[in-house]
Amino acid sequence: MSAQMPEARSTEELKEKWVDKQEVLTGSDILLRSLVLEGVKCVFGYPGGAVLYIYDAMYGFKDFHHLLTRHEQGAIHAADGYARAAGEVGVCIATSGPGATNLVTGIATAYMDSTPLVVITGNVASTLIGTDAFQEADITGITMPITKHSYLVRSVDELPRIIHEAFHIANTGRKGPVLIDIPKDVSAAMTLFQPHTEPVALRGYNPRMMPNKLQVERLAEAISQAERPLILAGGGVVYSGGHEALLELVEKTGIPITTTLLGLGGFPSGNEHWLGMPGMHGTFASNMAIQESDLLISIGARFDDRVTGKLNGFAPKAKIAHIDIDPAEIGKNVKTDIPIVGDVKTVLELLNKSAKRAELADEWRSQLQQWKAEKPFRYKDEYKEDEVGLKPQWVVELLNETTKGEAIVTTDVGQHQMWAAQYYKFNKPRSWITSGGLGTMGFGLPSAIGAQMAQPERLVISINGDGGVQMCSQELAICAINNIPVKVVILNNQVLGMVRQWQELIYDNRYSHIDLSGSPDFVKLAEAYGVKGLRATTKEEARAVWQEALDTPGPVVIDFVVEKGENVYPMVQQGKTLDQMLMGDE
Amino acid sequence: MTNTTQTKHTIAISVNDQPGVLQRVSGLFGRRGFNIESITVGQSEEPGLSRMVIVSTGDDKTIEQIEKQLYKIIDVIKVVDLSANPMVGRELALIKVKSEPGTRPEIMGLVETFRAAVVDIGTHSLMVQVVGDTEKIDAMIELLSPYGIRELSRTGVTAMIRGNA
Repeated sequence: MSAQMPEARSTEELKEKWVDKQEVLTGSDILLRSLVLEGVKCVFGYPGGAVLYIYDAMYGFKDFHHLLTRHEQGAIHAADGYARAAGEVGVCIATSGPGATNLVTGIATAYMDSTPLVVITGNVASTLIGTDAFQEADITGITMPITKHSYLVRSVDELPRIIHEAFHIANTGRKGPVLIDIPKDVSAAMTLFQPHTEPVALRGYNPRMMPNKLQVERLAEAISQAERPLILAGGGVVYSGGHEALLELVEKTGIPITTTLLGLGGFPSGNEHWLGMPGMHGTFASNMAIQESDLLISIGARFDDRVTGKLNGFAPKAKIAHIDIDPAEIGKNVKTDIPIVGDVKTVLELLNKSAKRAELADEWRSQLQQWKAEKPFRYKDEYKEDEVGLKPQWVVELLNETTKGEAIVTTDVGQHQMWAAQYYKFNKPRSWITSGGLGTMGFGLPSAIGAQMAQPERLVISINGDGGVQMCSQELAICAINNIPVKVVILNNQVLGMVRQWQELIYDNRYSHIDLSGSPDFVKLAEAYGVKGLRATTKEEARAVWQEALDTPGPVVIDFVVEKGENVYPMVQQGKTLDQMLMGDE
Repeated sequence: MTNTTQTKHTIAISVNDQPGVLQRVSGLFGRRGFNIESITVGQSEEPGLSRMVIVSTGDDKTIEQIEKQLYKIIDVIKVVDLSANPMVGRELALIKVKSEPGTRPEIMGLVETFRAAVVDIGTHSLMVQVVGDTEKIDAMIELLSPYGIRELSRTGVTAMIRGNA
């Protein structure tokens, strides 16, 4: 199983070749060479009028690998999946106007989840900007609130510096998307290419890596005095590469740990101290632990409302310690007693030097173990005669068992996303790719394509609902054409399940516009794209077709027809505190 | 203990003199729900840097968030809450007030008391220029309104910390 990647020459070789012999090039050639020099291995994109010079430069440029998607949204989600799976900057290219605006959802997705992206858009020629020219859109203006930074390139001479800065900004500090808008005349203009490789010095941008040592000492002290300490670990652990240091901290101190949706994989799920995910659909043990804790240590997590429930009443007994690279997150939602600004990995390595076992927490540990054992995630694996013979939770358990938690899993958004988070047991970072902050439907399939390009040797499973998969299903074409062996799982309940769940529980069973029956036959849809399609409606069939999918070297769509009425539990309804969970068995 | 009462703050922001920087800053205030009472932008002592002065109202937590969020903008170099220090804050207003020849001396008397200036005289109006802190300008406007204000333009506050700081 391996997606095709061209055999690229090493960046070092190219650097030597290009740096020594300086040439006069077009802005487009400068762009491509600069991307290669930044170590970019794969770019996702879609051509159009304003980027014609750039695509012309790609023609025959063999050190540059570009994957043509079927929609710009597919391109940017793929770049996002690539970035999250590889731990590198993802890159996508689109043309001006509609090409650029089709990227907006993907940019916002990356911004909310702190994914490093460099997003390149063409624009109309400088002389036409501001005249409502054909396919003109003010994309730097439109995306200002959802980018970490953006550039409108005014001269070809600025291009090497801007590209170098953009990669630096995207991939340091709190990571995020950076947009580079290149007018058509700039991509055509010629100049002497002077590669920009020196370290970036920006006066207004100095992310703080090293924490205040005094605060770290205070935290170590607080740990030794805490009776009910708890770690709340988020995506920042994964992004900083701090997972090993986190494991060491937990082993050393014996502090129980809960990992947020984006933190899954940042800590091995098999570890005895792990309580699962907290929040709206989190475990009983995690949510009760937060509410009872006397020291809550947030590590690279930002107290999202889906994690905290009602803020006034969140962790009411706890002293809060908050470790984050972004100072603006500290104190934003929750009042913090021990603020620690710094890179998570750096902070944890420092903390590990002085932290000792939480001696006073033995009773607490056994209480949590009891909760964890008594109230795990559960569902009724029973079927009435008129019911479909498959529960979506069971399907995720099947995927987990057969792959031993070793796959890369991407998801779309909704019930299937929560079941995947609940029942797939991750052991490694960068194995779980989901749109947590923005909650973007349509993310699941293209992000899996990107993840597979980044990790050609790993098994990539994309878990989708029958709603979201239709928002970017056109990208099945890319899987077929490039033989990208993603296993596209559809938990097909013929309904917008999460909306149905809210309408059932909160809107008095008034089911408004959620019926998805009449969707295409997903097996035939797959086949139309040249992808193998399989279907299962019973456990037996499910086991068989899933095995067939795993044995298939190329991409496969597996349509699991599942029970329609299942709800995700536990559930903390909006406006409730974390201890007010609906368990689903009331 | 953090103060949750709403107070007025005058914030000075040094920014790179780049296209779009005003939009970045004002957009941030808009989307995060921070209010802007006035905003001024102009040159600073350093070439390449502009200085913005924003007057905003909020509790301590909001002001702290404003400062932190501003620092996340790459083109923002420095943020100072001037009102945490002894400061001088000044704005300028041009006020066109209705005035027939008969009321001129009366209005000019008011203007003189305020150390303001009449900068233009029309057949039926006077243009008054007043410089000072916000309260002084408010007072000038209040006193002139009985005569009928035809047009009013205020610059918004620009400010500095007193002394050598």
